[in-house]
Amino acid sequence: MTPSTAFEVGALRAQFPILGTSVHGKPLVYLDNAATTQKPRVVIDALVDYYATSNANVHRGVHYLSGRASDQFDQARATIARFLGAASPSEIIFTRNATESINLVAQAWGRATVSAGDEIVISAIEHHSNIVPWQLLCEATGATLRVIPMSDAGELDLDAARRLMGPRTRMLAVTALSNALGTVTPLADLVAMARSVGACVLVDGSQAAYHMPIDVQALDCDFFVMTGHKVYGPTGIGVLYGRAALLEVMPPWQGGGDMIASVTFERSTWNVLPYKFEAGTPDISAAIVLGVAVGFLTGVGLDRVQAHESALLAYGTEALQQVPGLRLIGTAAHKASILSFVIDGIHPHDIGTIVDLSGVAIRTGHHCAQPVMDRLGIPGTARASLAMYNTREDIDALVAALHHARKVLL
Amino acid sequence: MSDLSELYQEVILDHNRRPRNFRVIDPATRAQEGYNPLCGDRLTLYVTVADGRITDVAFQGSGCAISKASASLMTEAVKGRTVDEARALFDQFHHMITSPPGSPLPELGKLSVLSGVREFPTRVKCAGLAWHTLKAAVAETPSTPVSTE
Ligand SMILES: Cc1ncc(COP(=O)(O)O)c(C=O)c1O
Repeated sequence: MTPSTAFEVGALRAQFPILGTSVHGKPLVYLDNAATTQKPRVVIDALVDYYATSNANVHRGVHYLSGRASDQFDQARATIARFLGAASPSEIIFTRNATESINLVAQAWGRATVSAGDEIVISAIEHHSNIVPWQLLCEATGATLRVIPMSDAGELDLDAARRLMGPRTRMLAVTALSNALGTVTPLADLVAMARSVGACVLVDGSQAAYHMPIDVQALDCDFFVMTGHKVYGPTGIGVLYGRAALLEVMPPWQGGGDMIASVTFERSTWNVLPYKFEAGTPDISAAIVLGVAVGFLTGVGLDRVQAHESALLAYGTEALQQVPGLRLIGTAAHKASILSFVIDGIHPHDIGTIVDLSGVAIRTGHHCAQPVMDRLGIPGTARASLAMYNTREDIDALVAALHHARKVLL
Repeated sequence: MSDLSELYQEVILDHNRRPRNFRVIDPATRAQEGYNPLCGDRLTLYVTVADGRITDVAFQGSGCAISKASASLMTEAVKGRTVDEARALFDQFHHMITSPPGSPLPELGKLSVLSGVREFPTRVKCAGLAWHTLKAAVAETPSTPVSTE
């Protein structure tokens, strides 16, 4: 990296107002990014600006403001399409969050495609959001859920994956990055396996989307989901990318306004993509602001974010292991952004409370991945998770707070 | 200002390190499961009731310092009491950990060490888990595992 392109984390931090605040009288050290990231000033301003200058319903009015809101809404969709490498903005569907995106696929695609005896393959390291919608689909159709096992380190067993996939496999739904363990999954291998048996592929990109560059066409997946609040954007907005050819043949999911071409009491016909899957007034402001957030992230550069975060992950891995009795949970060879750990004799929940009083925000518990915890035989972990604005000082503050927790509790 | 030493008092740390009545009772009048989905704490509470009196009570399980100490202190507090007395104690304890910080505290003897929990809203459920489980264990009809959610 040449000095001119060096990652200026100080200048970056200054763009996030909340990072300058204090909690419990201590400067905030925010290390719960896997739960949600903080928002830069441009994102916060865009939200206010929309309501101050552009608020109107989209695609419904001939008046000036409706046109303005609709333009911004369409631009956001185009920005996100470019961000994900989609072939067209019409392949980008706005939802409420990643969870809703997965449910949309499990129901609209699943009920039309899956029948008794078919199989859905997921992995052992999925978030509950990429487990439960498939369980519901299996219950409704008589299909079977198969699970790619993981090793103690949190890596997926590719030989087992190969054995699991066969002529009955309809869908492989897998995360790109585990929120509980930090494992980066070998998507290229997994997608190739699914393709070789003719199965569809859904990639849960909720975590990956703000840590690494994504190109859905290069990935060769059919569906890719992400959630706005983790990519430095607002809550209440998520994205489903779907390959146009599949979206075209899928039945609608929810019915109502905007998703129809025409309605009579005898029969309704469906709108074109992407509107077929967007019933009712969407969260217009959140969609527009998500476009701003994604633009911000692209401006910083995901390759540079990735380089910064992986250096920090290496530093954090080293630093945490100096804490006596600390064991890292999730030690895959290919990891990103997540430091999950337990400490001998101290329950994660107590760790969380004590470091919080030092201003350090981490998450404790099962991280919506109970099967991972069951597989490892632990009730939960403490988890520090990184974002572009984190520094070595943040890690040092965490380590100091952990030493303090040991002093208090042991 | 919430203070660490208010929450993790020496008595609590001691009961966390060396929980009392940490064993199985077999056979027990009732073995009741309790679960706090928020942090994954699980406990099984065993009670022996004779003539409306709790003659023995013990627990097993894993949990944070607050939930373990609370369970341990609870077993000491209710052993030998009538079921009605234990229910009344539940109400007082519940009031203590959920009342607004600064308001007067009930006189609950050794259990008062857990009053600091009310300064930590995210930890109230940890302290309450054992008590909710006890309430279910002495209820007329057995129930499925108790959840704090
Ligand atoms: C891997 C993964 N998948 C799915 C989700 C669900 O995201 P959301 O709650 O925004 O729908 C999360 C976030 O917690 C996640 O980390």
